[in-house]
Amino acid sequence: MVIYILCFALLLVGIYGILTKRDLIKIILSLGIMGYAVNLMFILFAYKRGAGYAILVKDKAVTAMVDPLPQALILTSIVIELGITAMLVALAIRLFEKYKTFDITKIRRLSG
Amino acid sequence: MILPFLIIIPLLAAFLITLISGGRDSWAIVFSILAVISLLALSVFSFLSTGSQTFIYEMSGWKIPLTICLVQDALSTFMLVIVNLIALTSLMFSVSYIRQYSAPWKYYALFMLLIAGMNGVIATGDIFNLFVFMEIALFSAYALVAFGGKAEEYEASFKYAVMGSVSSTLILLGIGILYSATSTLTMAKIAEILPTLDVKLTYWVGAIFLAGFGLKAAIIPFHAWLPDAHSSAPAPISAMLSGVFIKSLGVYVLIRLFFNVFGGVAVFNEVFLVIGAISMIIGVFLALGQWDIKRLLAYHSISQIGYIIIGIGLATNLGILGGVFHLFNHAIFKALLFYNAGVLEMTTGTRDLRQMGGLAKKLPTTSFTSMIASLSIAGLPPFNGFFSKLIIFIAAIQAGRPVYAFLAGLGSLLTLASFMKMQRYAFYGKENKDADKTLAKVSTAMKWAMISLAVLCLLTSLMVIPGIRELTLDPVVAVIMNKTGYIAEVLGR
Repeated sequence: MVIYILCFALLLVGIYGILTKRDLIKIILSLGIMGYAVNLMFILFAYKRGAGYAILVKDKAVTAMVDPLPQALILTSIVIELGITAMLVALAIRLFEKYKTFDITKIRRLSG
Repeated sequence: MILPFLIIIPLLAAFLITLISGGRDSWAIVFSILAVISLLALSVFSFLSTGSQTFIYEMSGWKIPLTICLVQDALSTFMLVIVNLIALTSLMFSVSYIRQYSAPWKYYALFMLLIAGMNGVIATGDIFNLFVFMEIALFSAYALVAFGGKAEEYEASFKYAVMGSVSSTLILLGIGILYSATSTLTMAKIAEILPTLDVKLTYWVGAIFLAGFGLKAAIIPFHAWLPDAHSSAPAPISAMLSGVFIKSLGVYVLIRLFFNVFGGVAVFNEVFLVIGAISMIIGVFLALGQWDIKRLLAYHSISQIGYIIIGIGLATNLGILGGVFHLFNHAIFKALLFYNAGVLEMTTGTRDLRQMGGLAKKLPTTSFTSMIASLSIAGLPPFNGFFSKLIIFIAAIQAGRPVYAFLAGLGSLLTLASFMKMQRYAFYGKENKDADKTLAKVSTAMKWAMISLAVLCLLTSLMVIPGIRELTLDPVVAVIMNKTGYIAEVLGR
């Protein structure tokens, strides 16, 4: 149970970072932390105490296995996060070229 | 088996465009137009042939709890028709509009990916697959919002990308919780197992999904990204985003999850009603004060999504009929209004209404079609917006909730006021003497895109006639209302 709470705390750290940080790069990093928390949550859902990996080998007896599906899902989700991070960093570089700053309080040409 | 092609064709087109365009846009235009015409033909055919049946496509020969399935029923084919119809007109409009930017062939590749993502979200019956297609659509949307390459566009795109990926992470969390409770990812199977579990689970997951997909649908309080992103994008993309993107990723998924999977929980219907009413009224008030024409239209998108959500939240047959009908109509007239705004921006070089004026004589087609679209969105007869708003109005009174009917009427009145302002400042009123005398030319394809949608504004109001309604809208409403039907049809029992 403690490990789930810690994992949720990691998610909250990510959300806190996105909401309070002013630096574009720190916001991107906080998004990454949030993503890791959710990925970790998936792995925890699949985990069973004392279970082996879900690969059938010839001479090995079939025992309890962890659920392999969330691990496959997380691979997909990691690739998606890689793409989104690359996209955001590219946008941040372009924003820096235009505004000469990473501070979001100074990047405000669009208004309400 | 039509549905896989609706995903394969745009993906293949995007691939071919990047492969052989060679830095010029001639082949890109040919491929994308061919792809979208075939998509529209396929989706109309599948909608007409589906009726009230349900067809399942199971990928790569596996059977249902193990495979990714595509579900073809009245609701999904109806949404596919809307997406591909607006995509075709948007592409017609793009051909000459997008030449003002650099590297137009990249635009067509991204556009095809956008369509592939939306078609995938609509067609799929597997919740993780839905997430993946949603990300494909969102990626191309972020890139297309920033396509112009100006500082404001990067700013809007960054804002949209951060908010969008926070909501995607929340959705992924919700999917994880659902999977850990039900051990399946097929939506029909989840729907079958959920009633046997604790109802608190539905509430928690529902709240997470409401925040996640509510941001995609831009319901207030999750709307902050929409006015920036939709007004910064190139006009045909604004039409795609406002017309179909927020509906296929937001409203459609909300309907599918909350009605077909969660079984129409009463609490969430109440939440829909409240946030729908708030979006409708606050959206239109924010729109009233705008002078930037595309921002004004973007705020109206929030307001009109509010109408759809109210119709859905009433959860009566008539309410859902009104909601679904308004969804269709809003796609048509909002896309048309964004094309008009695109023409105005291209010809006058500004989006500020105060610097326009007296354009009715110079741009007769634009002026005429935007008048039709304004009357439609404001809900005046005999245009389609009137009928769908009337149905929502009557449904609210029938369901014993006259407050929402009153708010819908008030919202409609304020919408009319705001569009009269737009007409007055852009097309009538005093001519702006400082403005450049040589207006850029509006191409024939752009005119036809606008005229065809203006004609549809009138023609789709025929869908209220009972004979036509039974063929088009009633099967869609039946799919939404018949909660256990989705489970039975998909799982084949």
